[in-house]
Amino acid sequence: MTTRIGVVTFPGSLDDSDARRAIRIAGAEPVALWHREKDLRKQQVDAVVLPGGFSYGDYLRCGAIARFSPIMESVVEQAKGGMPVLGICNGFQILCETHLLPGALTRNDHLHFLCRDQRLRVENDTTAWTSDYERGQEIVVPLKNGEGGYVADERTLDELEGEGRVAFRYLGGNPNGSRRDIAGITNEAGNVVGLMPHPEHAVEALTGPTTDGLGFFTSALKKLVAS
Amino acid sequence: MSPQSHSHSLDTVKHAEQTPETDLPWKELGLKEDEYARIRDILGRRPTGAELAMYSVMWSEHCSYKSSKVHLRQFGEKAPTEGPGAEAMLVGIGEQAGVVDVGQGYAVTFKVESHNHPSYVEPYQGAATGIGGIVRDIIAMGARPVAVMDPLRFGAADHPDTKRVLPGVVAGIGGYGNCLGLPNIGGEVVFDACYQGNPLVNALCVGVMKHEDIHLAKAAGTGNKVILYGARTGGDGIGGASILASETFDDEKPSKRPAVQVGDPFQEKLLIECTLEAFHADLVVGIQDLGAAGLSCATSELASNGSGGMRVELDDVPLRDSSLSPEEILMSESQERMCAVVEPDKVDRFLQICEKWEVTATVVGEVTDGDRLEIFWHGEKIVDVDPRTVAHEGPVYERPYARPDWQDELQADDPAQLPRPANGEELRAATLALVASPNQAAKSWITDQYDRYVLGDTVLAQPEDSGMIRIDPETGLGVAVSTDGNGRYAKLDPYEGARLALAESYRNVAATGARPLAVTDCLNFGSPEDPAAMWQFAEACRGLADACKELGTPVTGGNVSLYNQTGEAAIHPTPVVGVLGVIDDVARRTPMAFRDEGHLIYLLGDTREEFGGSAWSQVAHGHLGGRPPRVDLERERLLAEILIAASRDGMADAAHDVSDGGVVQALAESCLKGGKGARIVVPDGLDPFVFLFSESQGRALVAIPRSEEVRFTDMCAARGMPAARIGVVDGDALEVQGQFSLPLEELRRHHEATIPELFG
Repeated sequence: MTTRIGVVTFPGSLDDSDARRAIRIAGAEPVALWHREKDLRKQQVDAVVLPGGFSYGDYLRCGAIARFSPIMESVVEQAKGGMPVLGICNGFQILCETHLLPGALTRNDHLHFLCRDQRLRVENDTTAWTSDYERGQEIVVPLKNGEGGYVADERTLDELEGEGRVAFRYLGGNPNGSRRDIAGITNEAGNVVGLMPHPEHAVEALTGPTTDGLGFFTSALKKLVAS
Repeated sequence: MSPQSHSHSLDTVKHAEQTPETDLPWKELGLKEDEYARIRDILGRRPTGAELAMYSVMWSEHCSYKSSKVHLRQFGEKAPTEGPGAEAMLVGIGEQAGVVDVGQGYAVTFKVESHNHPSYVEPYQGAATGIGGIVRDIIAMGARPVAVMDPLRFGAADHPDTKRVLPGVVAGIGGYGNCLGLPNIGGEVVFDACYQGNPLVNALCVGVMKHEDIHLAKAAGTGNKVILYGARTGGDGIGGASILASETFDDEKPSKRPAVQVGDPFQEKLLIECTLEAFHADLVVGIQDLGAAGLSCATSELASNGSGGMRVELDDVPLRDSSLSPEEILMSESQERMCAVVEPDKVDRFLQICEKWEVTATVVGEVTDGDRLEIFWHGEKIVDVDPRTVAHEGPVYERPYARPDWQDELQADDPAQLPRPANGEELRAATLALVASPNQAAKSWITDQYDRYVLGDTVLAQPEDSGMIRIDPETGLGVAVSTDGNGRYAKLDPYEGARLALAESYRNVAATGARPLAVTDCLNFGSPEDPAAMWQFAEACRGLADACKELGTPVTGGNVSLYNQTGEAAIHPTPVVGVLGVIDDVARRTPMAFRDEGHLIYLLGDTREEFGGSAWSQVAHGHLGGRPPRVDLERERLLAEILIAASRDGMADAAHDVSDGGVVQALAESCLKGGKGARIVVPDGLDPFVFLFSESQGRALVAIPRSEEVRFTDMCAARGMPAARIGVVDGDALEVQGQFSLPLEELRRHHEATIPELFG
């Protein structure tokens, strides 16, 4: 049976078609999920990606309205049951708003939207979305956001570091003022990962700076096939 | 507002008939005496306030092209009748955007528009809503928008007001475009004191559709419903109509509604998805976006293009502000609204799609079997006009124009007399000054605020010669777009300047390997009431139309922006020309970067001593005079053939157009982009300064792998294209042998520091 990975489209989602393309290139079957869907189980998806964009215009606070979308209750429930969930950019912000991941994303310290090819170091190669990388490996994927500064209180940051839950760190200059250069984190179980950079934009040599982002999707696929 | 407060003031058609002597503020609304007389003539009575509002805004320069029309006709009259460009035209000038066949069943629509004046008043919203407007033009054709580009002109880089305008414009473009999910793949940023007080903010959008999905704006079919959908109508962007509403009809109202519109990109994103879904479900007969002149424009144009009349109930328009008068509702330029004509039995399905996307949609009228546009308010008829007289039969002017008396003196001020760098050390210093000058410096501080990755089909983006988008992931079919327009050249000679703008844009498209097909233009000029500015406009139109005919690239549409003038001081005439090209397989594209050591660098074309309007004369001497570089369109066509063949047959690893700043600027850019140096030899018989800094046209740099050299030079020889081997990709410096060597790090520092230091 093919592995089905869902991509949620909220009003204002922008990188949803890119995420579906990345899933397809990795060899899984992408499933478009509409945010009003109440029960994920009906769609029989094995994993879910919350894509980048500006859900609901990000007018109140990034991700703050999307977390109340009908589908999110089911996503949270499944995630707690161990289903792999990846939040990219706006998706990461939504995961923080739902408290599946700790902390929050704030306005970039230089106050500008920034789009650039970003070097990252993989800090954790044991999550559902990073097992195809090696710890310490350097990758380059696009970064593009206006509110990507990761913040949390010192205790939370220490906990994340202590438990190896910092999944990615920025290299070559912190692009947005994120605490401790954190680009992405994981939950304790390792099935939920959120990051600001965009691996789905680095899956084809023709359109991306590299194909380094493909590993996210092949990691999930391997894990799902194995389980 | 209470019903009583306006019942005494409602100016109905009946009331207008009964009170022929009532004075109306036609002058304050920008109408001329004879224009007002003509409106009275057309109607056979005085207009109502609402009718006057409609005519005044639809007959404005911006909507009616009354000063430019007689010159714009040439684009149709001289349009090429044969060749790939002519054969590819599916929809030409006059629709909301032109449509070009790009093969494999795909069509592409693209258009550039100006949002200059609003962007000076309120840079963020002005630039943001400029994107919003052009994107709606594209979706109204039935196309999915796939990319945007922004040609920008600002005052002097170090002027304090530029520090207000530029960051706001850039943040507005980013804030709106990024949130809309459209990659920004190119454009230009140019500084010149002449744009002080009159910055140019042009926006281009490209959309893709299948041939069968092309839709035109018309309201046909009696009984069909008119649906207004998108944002609610508010008081923003009312401009002139507020004079009418507040000063004549109701003195107690707050006057002077804000004239600059406010954008909501989230709403626009929903509009895109909702509109395309309705198109694909075949629910739409005609569609029109609401831009300038709002509902006045949409209803009169839809009705005018259709077969019947239209009846509109203004009470049914969803409002953001319930105190709006009917005139204001008709004039409001609230953003993110569209108007669709839908058959009665499809209305429910149309509304369901709107509901899915949480877009407000309301039936506000229907197509009637008459030929009148009738608008009602509280059951009373306030507009009763022939829509054609509003939308298409406005005044047309033959404005007087005359070659300005200073033109001869300007052309006589030859840059040949300017002191030049005389040795290697001075050439080195001149190179650094050039690459660090605001116009030649890296613009990444600006373009990094735009998302170039979203949608996942961006193959090339700034600072490449053209942006390139993949259309079909299976076959690799793609399009390339470039915009160019050198106001300095056009100031020296507006006829040649317009031809040069096309030549450069055409060359930029070909440099990436795409075949140039069609043109869109944004003609930015001074006041049409100034004979000198009008002469520049007339000359530029003549030049562009001639050049388009010669190159076989038809103009598919565009926009005119006049009155870019403060007092006596007009901007440089600035025809911005966008060229669209097609490439069968984007994997064959040629990027600009020198990537591999050992590749041979060839300069294609002839280098003459041409410094009129050059970047060097501006940077080194603040000079503008003489003649612009000579244009040879046959040579441009040949160069394009060579560049396309080199891409298709895999002969060139890199190609870069030579334009502003000459060969040395192009070399610096290709070296820095690839992080590779170059060793350059000045060709025999050429003065090193002329070789490096001249801006002769019809030239490009290419990097050729040694294995392809013979094939490439044979092709150039066979076709009569001059090709000089000027060096090799090598090392980590730009070295001009016998003259100077510049380590890439030093070059990069100068090239990349300028813009962040000015605006960061």
